[in-house]
Amino acid sequence: MDIKFSAEDLAFRDEVRDFFASEYKEVAGIESSDYKAAIISWQKKLHAKGWVAPGWPTEYGGTDWTVTQKFIYETERGLAGIPDVVPFGLKMVAPVIYTFGNEEQKARFLPRILSSEDWWCQGYSEPGAGSDLAALSTTADYAGDNYIVNGRKIWTTFAQYADWIFCLVRTSKGMRKQQGISFLLIDMKTPGITVKPIVSIDGKHSLNEVLFEDVLVPTENLIGEQDKGWTYAKALLAHERTGMAEVADSTRMLDALKQRASVEVNGGKSMIDDPVFQMRLSDIEMELMALEYTELRVFASMAAGGMPGPESSLLKIKGTEITQAIQELQLQLAAYYGGALPGDVDAQQLGHDYAFEARGKYMYGRAATIYGGSNEVQRNVIAKAVLGL
Amino acid sequence: MNFDFTEEQTMIKDSVSRFVRDEYDFDTRTKIVASEEGISREFWSMFAELGWLSVPFAEEYGGFGGSVEDIAAVMEEMGKGIVVEPYASTVVVFGGLLAASDNESLKAEVIPSIIDGSCMGSFASTEAQSRYEIADVATTATACDGGYKINGEKTVVANGGTANKFIVTARTNGEQFDREGVSLFMVDADAPGVEVKSYKMMDGQSAATVTFKDVVVSEDKLLNAAGEAMNLIDQVMPQILMGLSAEALGIMATLNTATVEYTKVRQQFDTPISSFQVLQHRMVDTFMACEQTKSMLYRGLCQAGEDNRHELLKTVHALKATVSRFGKLVGEEAIQIHGGIGMTDELNIGHYVKRLMMINVSFGDGDFHQKKFNQLAYSA
Repeated sequence: MDIKFSAEDLAFRDEVRDFFASEYKEVAGIESSDYKAAIISWQKKLHAKGWVAPGWPTEYGGTDWTVTQKFIYETERGLAGIPDVVPFGLKMVAPVIYTFGNEEQKARFLPRILSSEDWWCQGYSEPGAGSDLAALSTTADYAGDNYIVNGRKIWTTFAQYADWIFCLVRTSKGMRKQQGISFLLIDMKTPGITVKPIVSIDGKHSLNEVLFEDVLVPTENLIGEQDKGWTYAKALLAHERTGMAEVADSTRMLDALKQRASVEVNGGKSMIDDPVFQMRLSDIEMELMALEYTELRVFASMAAGGMPGPESSLLKIKGTEITQAIQELQLQLAAYYGGALPGDVDAQQLGHDYAFEARGKYMYGRAATIYGGSNEVQRNVIAKAVLGL
Repeated sequence: MNFDFTEEQTMIKDSVSRFVRDEYDFDTRTKIVASEEGISREFWSMFAELGWLSVPFAEEYGGFGGSVEDIAAVMEEMGKGIVVEPYASTVVVFGGLLAASDNESLKAEVIPSIIDGSCMGSFASTEAQSRYEIADVATTATACDGGYKINGEKTVVANGGTANKFIVTARTNGEQFDREGVSLFMVDADAPGVEVKSYKMMDGQSAATVTFKDVVVSEDKLLNAAGEAMNLIDQVMPQILMGLSAEALGIMATLNTATVEYTKVRQQFDTPISSFQVLQHRMVDTFMACEQTKSMLYRGLCQAGEDNRHELLKTVHALKATVSRFGKLVGEEAIQIHGGIGMTDELNIGHYVKRLMMINVSFGDGDFHQKKFNQLAYSA
């Protein structure tokens, strides 16, 4: 039993580190007006290097990395504090297109996703269809060359930036609710689409509601067969979840937290020396140490040819719980200062330069156990698929 | 990257697993626990024949030459059967300390007798006041003609009643809490001045109060240099903690499986209680607890083969703390979800839980190890 990497893998790791060190410039936060341009510029650099889509098959522009190399890449990215690529195009819709789409669709969409020319968003959730996604009611009525789409999608991250949206829509009724759903690609510039911002509890705008009123979508934008969309969406969910353990990101956040705790004082004594604070810190750190190996075990089984199965649900649950625990402890460390809102006071004046971030991360961080299939839904998945309940 | 046991390890793991499944059912174990000695000598001889008692010892003494991974493989399976024969105390702890000793003649004398099953051993370190601090030693060993004279009392010595030999911590110099000055002696259980009073523990195993009154031991019974016992104990402790944690992992997995299966057959409100989401989610939590414990153990096993002592120590302290926390969760949930039947002595569940509880307090509980972890991780 060992976690030794081969000489090739270590050389690869050095190459990744060097590239990140020389090419990455800090990307503005998602609340910044510079965010979209900054993240696209970074993604274009990754594209030029050939690294923007490690998960894709090589024939469409992916890498020929082994599972281990993909793991190394993700780990180095997280440790370096580099944001992941925006997932909606590169990680969510593209696999559906190259797996279930036709040749025209692949040729039309994949290159523009790779080059970050098109910004995508995800049209899954609806006001009446959250965890029970199959209850969705947005309709697409077949009318010759077009579908006519009517309905509302919600919690649509970055819809305000998007050129395209991929949607699950209802094309047939009167059968099991998972049937009769289709997978449609919709141009956001189509008449009848309205985007309404939703401000979240961190005070920022990344979420939106997207309204469809008699929106005409060419039938050539249907992926695969009509009424089979649920199958396509579901096939890729396990892949989405394996990326959710975020061990490297959490490791970096925890290191930053420890660093801050060694500077912060109470009664003149450093917080990192406080025995109660140490217990709270190690409660998290020990779980993260275990999760690192849980993730390695999943990757090792994938490297041996296995598929990510229901254990990816475990990674999602534990990963998000640990991330939230770090955010919570960081906000605790920020104390009363963490309540201040930016605008009339700057972070330097507050004397605790991470205080705004601590509050924002904690507040928006609550979403992690809700999105991507809530943690309760993940527990249902494990109960059924692993425990046979 | 590789998380599989080797072919050899898998063979020995399978052989322990088969034994537990085919020959060590709960009724058999109950009868053994109720017997005069509380263990089966017959099974112990079988362990010797199957080579299980030779696992951690070097080939030059007739051993299997195994590593901590081999020990973990055996212990996990032993845990699944809550085997009461003193494998952990004789082979992992007593044997582990002896194997790490530099007293070659003592090793050549005693190790073969462990391997052939004729010697059971025990580590006599705990005293009434010492709790988990092994260096808190009031028992003394004073130099005398022919070696040392040991005086003092050791309490709750694991499997003390069946041990032929003890490895005893005794102070040869320094004050009660000093790490320096503690020495390790090999003492025969029937040596003049040694008195053993055995009693039952809640996990079906036994322990003893062992009194030493002017017990004379020769200098060649020292396991390493006088006064330097703690160095040797520190060296072996990760292996001991990982062995016990592997046993705990086997117990936790068994409890989880039994609980899941029980909910599928137990009917209430005209339906199997496994259909209730509140129970499903709690069983998912105990499943994840078990997986995380396994990952932490594997982390330790991987690091045992590396060269970073600091990281290994952090991991084994974290492992023992994890076993404590998640063992408690798994055990308590198993009883709760079984309901009334989980309260009965007749059902095996409570017995698995009680062994987990004893593992928790062996060589430091969760809080003890978490504090050790904190010292290593946060005190610059």
